Amino acid sequence: MASSSGVDGKTDHAELLPVMGSGYASYLYPLIATAVLFAVWELATRYGGVSSLILPAPSRILATTIDQFPVLLHMSIVTVLEFVLGFILGVAVGVPLGALIVYARPVEMAIYPLLVAFQTIPKAAIAPILIVWLGTGMTSKVLIAFAISFFPIVVDTIIGLRSAAPETIYLARAMGATQFQIFWHVRFPNALPAIFGGLKVASTLAVIGAIVGEFVSSDEGLGYLVLVANGDLNTRLVFACVFVLTVLGLAFYFIIEALERIFVSWHVSARQADAAAGGK
Amino acid sequence: MLSPNGATTTVDPFVRIQSVEKVFASRRRAALKALDNVSLDIGAGEFVSIVGPSGCGKSTLMMMVSGLTPPSAGHIAIDSKEVTKPYTNLGIVFQRDALLEWRTVLDNVLFQVDIRHESRSASTPRAIELLKRAGLGGFEKYYPWELSGGMRQRVAICRALLGDPPLLLMDEPFGALDAMTREQMNLDLQRLWLDNRKTVLFITHSISEAVFLSDRVVVMSPRPGKIAAVVTIDLPRPRKLSMREGAAFGRHVALIRETFQGFGLLKED
Repeated sequence: MASSSGVDGKTDHAELLPVMGSGYASYLYPLIATAVLFAVWELATRYGGVSSLILPAPSRILATTIDQFPVLLHMSIVTVLEFVLGFILGVAVGVPLGALIVYARPVEMAIYPLLVAFQTIPKAAIAPILIVWLGTGMTSKVLIAFAISFFPIVVDTIIGLRSAAPETIYLARAMGATQFQIFWHVRFPNALPAIFGGLKVASTLAVIGAIVGEFVSSDEGLGYLVLVANGDLNTRLVFACVFVLTVLGLAFYFIIEALERIFVSWHVSARQADAAAGGK
Repeated sequence: MLSPNGATTTVDPFVRIQSVEKVFASRRRAALKALDNVSLDIGAGEFVSIVGPSGCGKSTLMMMVSGLTPPSAGHIAIDSKEVTKPYTNLGIVFQRDALLEWRTVLDNVLFQVDIRHESRSASTPRAIELLKRAGLGGFEKYYPWELSGGMRQRVAICRALLGDPPLLLMDEPFGALDAMTREQMNLDLQRLWLDNRKTVLFITHSISEAVFLSDRVVVMSPRPGKIAAVVTIDLPRPRKLSMREGAAFGRHVALIRETFQGFGLLKED
């Protein structure tokens, strides 16, 4: 098999990079867009005659955030615990359930319709029931975050596990692989890009779930603080809470994305993200 | 340079396919007969190609030889042992390279070592040597997506050869490659075969590829697939690409093409 032709060096992925823009542009453009948005907002609220009760200026929101930092920090810790635990529970239940549905046809037939039916229930509507069952503490919020976030994890796990090329499975079988080895060496790694897609969606849903739970009944957390501040007509603090929640949600999302880069660096999606970030 | 073949087939075939039939049953459609009464003996060290129109059951036949799919009727034996479950002492190459994207080139070649819980360090030198002979020296740490189609298929061939199996099954391995790469792969495969004399069952759409590589070419009819003709290719080896323009080569190609025309598959008007 010694040969010279056919070995044509690296393929043309490198040529994709200039299209996406070089390193700076991928950071610069979103930064400029955000800066413009905030500048317009700032000017409109200062000179546009918008009441600060309705829409406070970004600078004031930031000032309140710094001012109220201790209470915001305390409430944030509560909310972060709720959505992170809910999310972890979602992964711990969602991925094995997806695998079970793929591997056991009776489980699929029995559970899948229930799963879809459950998903169509608006979780905000069952939140009060969960709170009656589990109390106003953290457990109910964790479960609401879980209930709202685990469906995409299940669905994407199923899609991922089913998408392995038949040849790769034939090949493993021809090497004498057991069913478990086929799962562990072929199907599961092949499913990881799809699973991470589900995890990213779930990560944002878990935050929503925690806040919904806090809205229904709680005495702690950022959602609780939003209600209290709103009752006091403290619009700045409401916005400060929303600001902190946004930052936390983004941070959580990017942590999942960072994990994705580590575990599925070989996949197209990660390579494009890499190119967009100007890496590699 | 080498003796004409054909003689290899009479004594104790390495692969024996006996009156094999394959029917695909389906609840929604009528049962589909893919293969009908196929019998074929392949001698040890023989290079046999199967050509036939799409859907004639070529790939199914290969799947049955490997033990990945059971025949509906008939028997298949490798090395005088009936095949009833996946036969592991062989190498398989598919049209799609089926590389595992999350493994490096070297780890792809070593895949079966991991499946069989064997020592990696024992097989790594052989894997590196195979890659080097395939023109992929230095690419061990690359990921499949960093390689071209031809390079990827070479990795797949190295993977099939790792355990030095006596039998190689290739299902249109070069079907997805461009013409130039394909010719080079044909030359490389011939050299590899001349060095090792493995038994090869090679499935292809290309008549000239089959003639170029094979000791015998099996021509299959449209579905349900039957063996329509077996053409012995007695061209001397090593064969050169230029031989394809020669009269002897052309005669073999014409013979096979006429068989296809007999099915009404090729109409020139």
